[in-house]
Amino acid sequence: MTTRIFGSGIKRREDPRLITGQTRYTDDFQLPGMVYMVVVRSPHAHARITSIDISAAKASPGVVAVFTGQDVPLPGVPCAWLVPGSDLKTPAHPVLAKDTVRYVGDGVAIVIATNRYLAQDAADLVQVSYDVLPAVVNPEDATKDGAPLVHDDVPNNIAFRWVASSGDEGVDNAFNEAAASGVVVQERIVQQRLLPTAMEPRSAVAQWDQFAEELTVYSTSQNPHIARFILSALTGVPEHKLRVIAPEVGGGFGSKIPVYPDEALTAWASMKLGVPVKWTETRSENYQVTIHGRDHIEYVEMAATNEGKITGIRGKVYAGMGAYLSTAAPGIPTILHGLMYSGAYTIPNIRCESIGVMTNTAPVDAYRGAGRPEATFLVERLVDRLAAKLNMDPVELRRKNLIPPFENGHNVAIGLTYDSGNYEGALNKLLSIVDYDGFRREQAAARQQGRLLGIGVTTYSEICGLGPSQVAGAVGFQGGLWESAIVRVSPAGKVQAMIGASPHGQGEETTFAQIISDELGFPVEDIEIVHGDTDRTPMGWGSYGSRTTPVSGAALVLAARKVKEKARAMAAHLLEASVDDIDYADGKFMVRGSPDKFKTIQDATLMATLAWNLPAGMDPGMEASQFYDPPNFAYPFGAHAAIVEIDPETGTVALQRYVAVDDCGPQINPMIVEGQIHGGIVQGVGQALCEGVVYDENGQLLTGTMMDYAMPRADMFPTFELDSTVTPSPHHPIGVKGIGETGTIASTPTIYNAVMDALRPLGIEQIEMPLTAPRVWKAIQDARAKGGA
Amino acid sequence: MRPPSFSYQRLSSVAEAVQMLSSTDNAKVLAGGHSLIPALNQRLSQPGTIIDIGRLNELNGVSVTGSSKLMIGALTPHAVVAASNNVRRYCSALATACGQVGDPQVRNWGTLGGNLAHADPASDPPTVVLAAGGKLHTMGPNGERMIDAADFFQGLFTTALQPDEILTAVEIPIVADRKSAYAKLAHPASRYAVVGVAVFLNTENGSCTNASVAVGGATAKPTRSAAAEQALVGTALEDAALDAAAAALTNEIQGDAVGDIYAPSEYRAAMAGAMLKKAVRAAMV
Repeated sequence: MTTRIFGSGIKRREDPRLITGQTRYTDDFQLPGMVYMVVVRSPHAHARITSIDISAAKASPGVVAVFTGQDVPLPGVPCAWLVPGSDLKTPAHPVLAKDTVRYVGDGVAIVIATNRYLAQDAADLVQVSYDVLPAVVNPEDATKDGAPLVHDDVPNNIAFRWVASSGDEGVDNAFNEAAASGVVVQERIVQQRLLPTAMEPRSAVAQWDQFAEELTVYSTSQNPHIARFILSALTGVPEHKLRVIAPEVGGGFGSKIPVYPDEALTAWASMKLGVPVKWTETRSENYQVTIHGRDHIEYVEMAATNEGKITGIRGKVYAGMGAYLSTAAPGIPTILHGLMYSGAYTIPNIRCESIGVMTNTAPVDAYRGAGRPEATFLVERLVDRLAAKLNMDPVELRRKNLIPPFENGHNVAIGLTYDSGNYEGALNKLLSIVDYDGFRREQAAARQQGRLLGIGVTTYSEICGLGPSQVAGAVGFQGGLWESAIVRVSPAGKVQAMIGASPHGQGEETTFAQIISDELGFPVEDIEIVHGDTDRTPMGWGSYGSRTTPVSGAALVLAARKVKEKARAMAAHLLEASVDDIDYADGKFMVRGSPDKFKTIQDATLMATLAWNLPAGMDPGMEASQFYDPPNFAYPFGAHAAIVEIDPETGTVALQRYVAVDDCGPQINPMIVEGQIHGGIVQGVGQALCEGVVYDENGQLLTGTMMDYAMPRADMFPTFELDSTVTPSPHHPIGVKGIGETGTIASTPTIYNAVMDALRPLGIEQIEMPLTAPRVWKAIQDARAKGGA
Repeated sequence: MRPPSFSYQRLSSVAEAVQMLSSTDNAKVLAGGHSLIPALNQRLSQPGTIIDIGRLNELNGVSVTGSSKLMIGALTPHAVVAASNNVRRYCSALATACGQVGDPQVRNWGTLGGNLAHADPASDPPTVVLAAGGKLHTMGPNGERMIDAADFFQGLFTTALQPDEILTAVEIPIVADRKSAYAKLAHPASRYAVVGVAVFLNTENGSCTNASVAVGGATAKPTRSAAAEQALVGTALEDAALDAAAAALTNEIQGDAVGDIYAPSEYRAAMAGAMLKKAVRAAMV
């Protein structure tokens, strides 16, 4: 019988070193002669620089060098997602501002000293004079005539205007018809800005070898190969002379996809000074300058028949981009957002218009879910609004509109082909765990007593596993989205698997070893997953968009299968049998019918490596390489429910139950799947209940520390009740889909709708997120003043 | 995390510390460090010298003097105060408040004296010490002083402590049969009090004979509420009486309540009333 480690919840192999501190992050690298860089940053959101005096800083103890924007010859940081058909403007993003600063935190100078404290002392002595200009913060206001311009070459601050439509005439007809003889619900949704808050802030260590003319950059990156590509373009060091290493990376959530000015400046400073240079941001800098997420103002509406059949959805989205277009920024509120408007439902008419807007704020880019949480939120919100308007149960309304089960492709009106789904299956499982009907009875009784008890139910599908490179090209992504892997077996039978993707907390050192162990029979402890180093790994496009397992994992499976076929051929040769007569189980190749006549994969590897006696035509060695470009995206899905109770006296929302049924196809390691869902739920609930960036009207960041920006905490959460269904992806070699973002995508609307359900007796329909106690309390006060129950 | 440079002195007695403090320009006292170190790291505070009194064991510990005073050394960590049987018995509101300061690390390192001397308006212990009628013992170049809590807390981060004085102990009077409680609505990020209310109550035959009420977090400094106290005394502390006291408290502080990006002043004033009711109910359990 074959034992499978695939599907087993073994403990994460990376955890012992991580939780005991026996490992290295970028800031832990100490190189001989290393000096430290600090960036002098603008305290103003918008200002002209009239002068910079660096004399006092240069004279400060321990200072090696001080440079301003005039001294640094690097080109600007590029935007790498040039969404076509959107009249995209790409305003220059200099690594240091030369004449104008455009947000609080914009770099104006760098100070390099023998330690980071002296560097900070000297940075405080850089005298910059500014003429302060009016700032614009709100992405909707920024588009109005007369608003201050963030960039002179971006009229009305509109960087792009993008439309996706199933057909404008059909959409208009659907809404006209619904307005005349059906129902239309509308909402203005503010998707507030969020801070990704990876536990490890960003850091870079650069070492220029002037003799070899080679540059090594240790960097907190989710995608070292992309970082190499961009840093090469910025520094002029050719890629084959540039090595980017992402050692341990302490979380990214999207914020470590982009290449920022800081990493480029660190690299340039090392080349200029001929010594290693380290730069590490403080948490305050992390909050000021590392990308933010979300920041939409949306006008959305849904059309339906009186029987509750959804006939159309459309939205107009003002998406804040911040002061500069970050690496992937334009793709987030467009491709990854507008194409999601069908959700898990059959909606014949869909239109999304996204307007990317420059504001005097930190750049906005991909944050966990990246466009898809925003889309799922508005779809789920509109479905609940529709149910309320039709006086239908929101679950029944969903059921009426869910896409029926499909195993091999389903086209939605906006043009995507979902790979597989069984939404009603997940929903049914969820409802039975929740005891939905029982809860509704309990709620009715609680309402009699004046208690505010509510439930939110979400059914979702999302796009992940980015993605077919042909599609990447068609949508303007300035790269491919394939992955590659090399599986190399050493003479003594140990495996090194090199992947181009760059896991940074998601557990692929464990799950990928499980995949190889399952394919080749090596024990997990004999398998090393090598990642995060452009000199040790083959090309790949990185870890984001829940793509590592669907794409890199597929490359790995196929590479392992090549190794297996070579080992089979070698074993057959050694056993003097035909390849066709060899059976495989648990790492052994056996002559069919004579199971005692076998060679292990280790035997086959050794003999293939020694190459004393190879079958005709076989090359020596036991290694295979595989490139993999996925034929489609992966579409995980599921159903979530939350039960909340609100304290009417304080407005505090207490989360009583959270139930999630997710389907990511077959699970390589169910414990790691659960861990990803747990973290995702927590981040999504954070958006619903407590997180939110606040800038004042002058562009000052008011939530600049963890004392003001409320991260979710463990004591906000009950024990999550998780379950799953298994619907394989038809196009993936082992059927798996991504699970890194589903929790974030589903949980925000689930909580929001639960709170609105609880408040329904008061007639409250909307509160801006986050649903903090003061906001909920105010809504209750206002409703009571208006005569609500 | 890049503090400016400073010189560092660790001293072995209160007298030495006072001597050094009064003879050094721009010096700051370091106890548990949970207010000072963040300020240093953000360069909001740039002292030339840091005088570390953190290891002066003479200032660490809880004791009962006679049967009339609970004495808590200034360097007693919040966690020790929260767990002290004497504090729980004679001033349970203070145990509750100290048990809700920050997180376990903060409570294990941060000291009660450091907390009170810092006088953050949203901190928990000052509210309780004020309502309890506590006294703060200090040592300076001219000897010891004892300052009523009502005089000690003067405003935002401002106390009656002189720059050359060190807070040495907190004295809480022990009042027979007095019950107390502290109720807090915590800020979701900082866990400081958006509003915290401390109540100390005596009852006879079910009727309230004495009440002391202080509110913190809502105003620039912890504040006693005469209106709420009057509304409670003479009642049976029944729901209607609590509603009236809550309304009186809300009404009394409305004009002084502070607002910020998390909670407007209107919310803080209203929550003072809500927390008062919660605290009275907790005290009478």
